[in-house]
Amino acid sequence: MRNSLEQGARMSNLLALSDKHALSVERLTVAFPYGDQLLLALEGATFEIKRGEFVCVVGASGSGKSTLLNVLAGLDRPSSGRAHVHGRVALIFQDSALLPWLTAAGNVELALELRGAKASVRQRLALELLNRVHLAGFEKRRPHELSGGMKQRVALARALAQDADVLLMDEPFAALDAISRDLLHEELERIWRESRLTILFVTHNAREAVRLGDRVLVFTSRPGRVAHEVQVDLPRPRSLDSPELAVIAGRITDRLKREMANGR
Amino acid sequence: MAAELAPELRLSELLAPAAQPAGRTLARAWSGLWPKLGAVLLVVVIWEAVVWSGWRPESELPGPWLVLQRLAGDLGRVDFYAGIGVTLRRAAFGYAIAAGVGIVVAILIARVKLARRAVGSLLVGLQSMPSIAWFPLAILLLQRSEGAITLVVLMGAAPAIAAGLLSGIDQVQPALIRVGRSMGAEGMRLYRHIILPAALPAFVGGLKQGWAFAWRSLMSAELLVVAANQTSIGQQLQSARNSSDARQLLALMIVIFVIGVLIDSLFGALDRSIRLRWGLLGGEA
Repeated sequence: MRNSLEQGARMSNLLALSDKHALSVERLTVAFPYGDQLLLALEGATFEIKRGEFVCVVGASGSGKSTLLNVLAGLDRPSSGRAHVHGRVALIFQDSALLPWLTAAGNVELALELRGAKASVRQRLALELLNRVHLAGFEKRRPHELSGGMKQRVALARALAQDADVLLMDEPFAALDAISRDLLHEELERIWRESRLTILFVTHNAREAVRLGDRVLVFTSRPGRVAHEVQVDLPRPRSLDSPELAVIAGRITDRLKREMANGR
Repeated sequence: MAAELAPELRLSELLAPAAQPAGRTLARAWSGLWPKLGAVLLVVVIWEAVVWSGWRPESELPGPWLVLQRLAGDLGRVDFYAGIGVTLRRAAFGYAIAAGVGIVVAILIARVKLARRAVGSLLVGLQSMPSIAWFPLAILLLQRSEGAITLVVLMGAAPAIAAGLLSGIDQVQPALIRVGRSMGAEGMRLYRHIILPAALPAFVGGLKQGWAFAWRSLMSAELLVVAANQTSIGQQLQSARNSSDARQLLALMIVIFVIGVLIDSLFGALDRSIRLRWGLLGGEA
């Protein structure tokens, strides 16, 4: 009796969560076997993300950022704690991870096919999505015929094709030159505004985090958990070069440096 | 936006293969061909020199010209083509079964941990084992029949094909599997859409090697089996030896060589076109 009551309470709790929150992480701990011992990637990470919010996670390498995304995408399992995403998830990686044997359109069409879209509409939808990321005319190119920035645009179109509610991005622009990155920041911000996607964006670059995020979560080094949280209230669109942005990013970088010193 | 796209466009125009003038294509074809022609010429010259040296009488070791004359004569005979037909049919049949078995075995080993532990290392042993060693057993079980020949071809080609596909599956980039799974592909769908296409280049390598083994095994088997009144290439070779017809023997050897090279180059072309599509040909795409 009491058990079922508790369950009921938990259910309603979950439902309440789902109204406002797209994503919640509760005391999440993930450990991997490393040799004959366990390596803690995340320990007790806790945070929530509201529907339609754009949240950036910054942390030094080894702060379990990629592990966090893998758990949220259902590719890794938590050792303890909970990670809950409300709705469908799409992942974008630093390496665009496009399938080299498919054209740009083919890559997007595959995502549509796996989602269950009918063959008759796939081609048209894929072209529309490529159009949305400003790649009209490049649909027949294969990944090796595209620049790094264009590949990430295709990856973005592919993620949109999955019709996800939450976009998980793992240092997606880290390998790009400054100008391509700048353009993709604008692109991503525009798509986010139009679609009201929830975005969790992992980066090691504090400026990028402040440029894009409504909020920035600073992660500790190994094992990772939220050490610090910054609300970014600068008006959008923001410029990477604005002094206000630089001040906030500078504070985050200082914090990161301290975390790295502690971690060592 | 424009700043990013414009240079990309111009670069691709520079690289477009269609832009090459016909003369340059010819020159490239010639630059690929002449070393091969040179090598053939060198072999012919050495052959001729050995014949001229008088080491063996011409009835035992005829010169290239006599052999080519015989080959030209053979090429005008219907039963000669029938022989080639029988051999190629056996090759195609045995190879097709080998490909089927190789694919199933590779996927089983890749998917079932126990299967990998059980037969993973056997595969390497089988690959290095000369498949003709299976022949006595094949004759014991299946008599001197088509079945025995097929079994030898199968045991020659299947391990190489399975090993090629398996290494292709094992070497698929983890990122591609991750992205496939995050798009909702699991189990057989993951295989169909991500893993098998990604393993294609290594698989074609295995198919190519499997063909070489199949062709060798088939020739060995045909020398040993005189089955069902069929005049195969191997059997013609054997009867040329029995009647000490050295010209016929050498003409047949040339045919065996040319067939092997032709089919191998088909696999080469397939491999090249895949690499070109994937952008794996450095600087040539």
